[in-house]
Amino acid sequence: MADNGKNKATIIAHSGDMDKIYSALIVANGALAMGMEASIFFTFWGLQRLKKGGLDKGPLSKMNMLGLGKWMVTRKMKAAKVASLERMLSDFVEMGGKILACDMTMEIMGIKKEDLRDDLISDYCAVGTYVNEARESAITLFI
Amino acid sequence: MAEIKVDCTGETCPVPLVETRKALRKAAAGDIIEVIGTHPASKKEIPMAVKALGLELVEQTEEGDTWRIRIRK
Repeated sequence: MADNGKNKATIIAHSGDMDKIYSALIVANGALAMGMEASIFFTFWGLQRLKKGGLDKGPLSKMNMLGLGKWMVTRKMKAAKVASLERMLSDFVEMGGKILACDMTMEIMGIKKEDLRDDLISDYCAVGTYVNEARESAITLFI
Repeated sequence: MAEIKVDCTGETCPVPLVETRKALRKAAAGDIIEVIGTHPASKKEIPMAVKALGLELVEQTEEGDTWRIRIRK
């Protein structure tokens, strides 16, 4: 446990870019594996990735080149045996990670609960929940 | 007491760490979890996780690129 007694990681996944969703899940899974609690608050473009079938649909944040860059990076990642986003997300849930969905984004973007992977989402909430999680966290990131 | 093997040969970040944690969660107190892998950073980071979790690192060995870490829950 961290010296300040805080033992939690709270991550805002604002970007829906594939590489950034990877970063969010790798850090969150690392935190869980090292004995911390972890939650990811999916908002804005990040929330798009929680739509059914949407997890790996994001572009690359740089050099996407209409999908060519993403295709090349995906190939390299497969060759390096990097786990899929789907596997990372199910590991996250299996290790006790919490997935939070931003309800304001749902309203703005017209996303309904049935559009999202409701079985994985622990709560539909707003900034107050994030702040409450973050104030108890030794790690908090905006990705 | 059971002995659980976790083979992460060829896997990369964060799989060895995550698979170790998943196995530790499922194990009973006193069980031995043996993790085998080749990812260089995990060789250092799994012992860090073991320490953070307050568990016992029983043994750590290496043969070529392959490392083997034994943990008692």
